[in-house]
Amino acid sequence: MRIGYYPGCSLLGSSREFDESVRALAQAIGLELVTVPDWNCCGASSAHVLDHRLSLALPARILAQAEAAGLTEVLAPCAACYNRLTSARAALAADPREAAEVAAIIEMPVTGKVTVVNVLEVLDRLRDVIKEKTVAPLGRKVACYYGCLLVRPPKVVAFDRPEDPMSMDRLMAAAGAEALDWNFKTECCGAAFSVTRTDLVARMSGRIVAGAARAGAEAIVVACPMCQSNLDMRRPEINAALGADHQVPVLFITQALGLALGLDPVALGLQRHMVSALALKPTAASTTV
Amino acid sequence: MTSAPHPSSHGETLKAKIEQAIGVKLNHCYQCGKCAAGCPVAQDMDLTSCQILRLVQFGNPDWDRQALRSEGIWLCLACETCSTRCPQEVEVPKVMDFLRLEAVRRDLAHPRSKDILAFHRAFMDSVRETGRLYEIGLVADYKLRSRHFLKDVMLAPKMFTRGKLPLLPHLIQGRDAIKRIFSRTLGSAKKGE
Repeated sequence: MRIGYYPGCSLLGSSREFDESVRALAQAIGLELVTVPDWNCCGASSAHVLDHRLSLALPARILAQAEAAGLTEVLAPCAACYNRLTSARAALAADPREAAEVAAIIEMPVTGKVTVVNVLEVLDRLRDVIKEKTVAPLGRKVACYYGCLLVRPPKVVAFDRPEDPMSMDRLMAAAGAEALDWNFKTECCGAAFSVTRTDLVARMSGRIVAGAARAGAEAIVVACPMCQSNLDMRRPEINAALGADHQVPVLFITQALGLALGLDPVALGLQRHMVSALALKPTAASTTV
Repeated sequence: MTSAPHPSSHGETLKAKIEQAIGVKLNHCYQCGKCAAGCPVAQDMDLTSCQILRLVQFGNPDWDRQALRSEGIWLCLACETCSTRCPQEVEVPKVMDFLRLEAVRRDLAHPRSKDILAFHRAFMDSVRETGRLYEIGLVADYKLRSRHFLKDVMLAPKMFTRGKLPLLPHLIQGRDAIKRIFSRTLGSAKKGE
């Protein structure tokens, strides 16, 4: 299977282990990634605060670049990029006049031929392959945390159930983990307030970490760089706000599945987390099938 | 008495502007409160989503200004929980985006919005220059704008040793096209200086 790939800015920097693990897992399950040529930032959670038209034009250029390269489907692993690209695509399709104006701004045609998919959607299609290739069943209790951007607004993203999504739970079960029933699957982590209102992020992400710990999770599994960095990098602030010492690690779905497939933990970027995830490496005993 | 807009401000009310600019009909809101009930930051807002919608529904210039001055509009994270649950399908985060821009335009933005705006402007300035986000540049720019020089100084070395903080920006080929996109939308001069 061949698919367009839009890594996005976070995956080149603060969340590079997401990029590393997407690439490693893709190779292991026979998914060929074709990077969108000369891609730009999608505008993330900032463009729409400053200018509506800018928040459409930046993702529109990405879609146009993908279209010019002959791609029909683009995987955007970052949930924020996925959401911006999907929202812009829907907005342009709904308003041809605005679409023409945006095409003039970016100096490129955008016809809407390119569709955008998130990492759970693509992996869900390959769930049987993942199950088949699992050599080190995880055997851990995990809390699957979806956050906001993968499932909302449901009319735009049209992916999974907005209040109780299950695609990640199914994938983790396929890899031999026990996906827990817990309460904070789609609560907001505080997202872009990480720097400006760390107090709010500590409280919001704290509720999520505490909820996962209470359910007995040995790991929180995510598919969004903002969720990952808030739950992981902000752990000192979270623990201070909670008056607790939660050490539950936060893994990207691609890292967790990669471990189950027996991939090298360093190739999956497991050493890059602030809250150590290295204890999740499969032991010699668990790799025997 | 009807709740007709103030005669002198007809067409200039926030309600009319919101409907014209983003197509959201505020009268669809019947004040059930579900948006604020599920909002993860409602407890920190001076006015919640539901109260802000109510203020703006009447087309009263004083109440319009009250909504624009609130801190609540700046705390919306666009998590879309409200719009997902709204029985009337009111797209609240879109309204919040509009109110924030309007508050800045009319110079009514809440004092505590400064850091939040500084962050978004620093973010987009980085993209304007390189085509992609340059995280070190963003942090440096934000510190200069917000004057919070010591914030998170302990985090950078930890990120660096984990390979999460590349020193050099990624420059895309189409930087000129990106600059033109910015000048056609945000305007040619950097905003917020």
